[in-house]
Amino acid sequence: MKICITSEGTTLDSNIDPRFGRCRYFMIVDTDTMEFQAIDNASMQASGGAGIQSGQLMASKKVRAVLTGNVGPNAFQTLQAGGIEIFTGVSGTVREAIEKYKEGAFKKTQGPTVSAKKGMS
Amino acid sequence: MIISIASGKGGTGKTTIAVNLALSLENVQFLDCDVEEPNAHLFLKPVISERMSAYIPIPEVAEETCDCCGRCQEVCAFNSIAVLPGEIREHGSVLIFSHLCHGCGACSLLCPLDAIREVNKEIGIVEKGFSNGIQFVHGKLNIGEAMSPPLIRQVKKHVDPTKTVIIDAPPGTTCPVIESVKGSDYCILVTEPTPFGLNDLVLAVEMLKTIGVPFGIILNRYDIGDDCVDVYARENRIPVLMKIPFDREIASLYSKGLPIIGYKSEYDSEFKKLLIKLNLNP
Repeated sequence: MKICITSEGTTLDSNIDPRFGRCRYFMIVDTDTMEFQAIDNASMQASGGAGIQSGQLMASKKVRAVLTGNVGPNAFQTLQAGGIEIFTGVSGTVREAIEKYKEGAFKKTQGPTVSAKKGMS
Repeated sequence: MIISIASGKGGTGKTTIAVNLALSLENVQFLDCDVEEPNAHLFLKPVISERMSAYIPIPEVAEETCDCCGRCQEVCAFNSIAVLPGEIREHGSVLIFSHLCHGCGACSLLCPLDAIREVNKEIGIVEKGFSNGIQFVHGKLNIGEAMSPPLIRQVKKHVDPTKTVIIDAPPGTTCPVIESVKGSDYCILVTEPTPFGLNDLVLAVEMLKTIGVPFGIILNRYDIGDDCVDVYARENRIPVLMKIPFDREIASLYSKGLPIIGYKSEYDSEFKKLLIKLNLNP
């Protein structure tokens, strides 16, 4: 299954980027094979709608779950419409997050965890 | 002639200058384009005679016609449309984030299936009135609404070219400011001689150079801070049109919603001198 972890770097040992819409990289990982792809986030500097763009990217990559620190209202709505599960409050490295996810240690997020534009600060 | 009053930094005295300049002129129209927090009416106390709702057109998608091709999302410059493909859920879906929409109409114009129509969304109101012979117009953006430029455009539709038009702009150097000052014959930048004042003045100067509006500086509270703005103005050959001291009486008048003109007679001549520098007849 393909999931996405927001990351500050491009390896499995990189730290989680706590922002979703404006994270540095999206790490798209196949949890069965641990094969991954690091995607540069083109929306990082968008003046508005970064969460929406990032949410759409997740849908187009057919990601089933997103692991990140926080998610804003627009990103939340987009991910939900795309049927993508959201797990927030995730920290540590990408590899650690995947392990914990596989163990079922995270709880699904029921709503946005930060306000709009929060990722800009 | 249209004169706009702007500033990079907020709280430097734009409205004070704009109001008192208007009070020094005959046959004048005053537009408060700071639609997020209009306050010139507190000083001019106009009698409002017309009140109009202001709308922007936002897209509405006919789901039965839409095939989620994604064209609308591609052409939206403001990321206000999300098209989720159909693979994950059985049918795809289109999300409209109306608070990000600028009402440009690209999505409905370019939809290959004509599945998008535009519906009006109220973003605020425009009020028009008179105050002691000054024709007054301002916009009030609805609370929670983020999109002020369309409302500013609707305020500026009321510009009367037979009058001297004074535009009170919002602070900063972003879209609402550009929307307010563009088309002006001259822009007065109000600033104060502090590091913040200078930093934001430099940004405002760059903005005005880019959009090609000539400008000069009014230095408010000139006796605080240092000579940084004077030095900058001299080096860049920008005229300093007027200097106003940090004066308790002016602050006191302001706090009561009173202008300087009519209450501090020594400023009558100061504003007359300003009019001459701007080539305006009192």
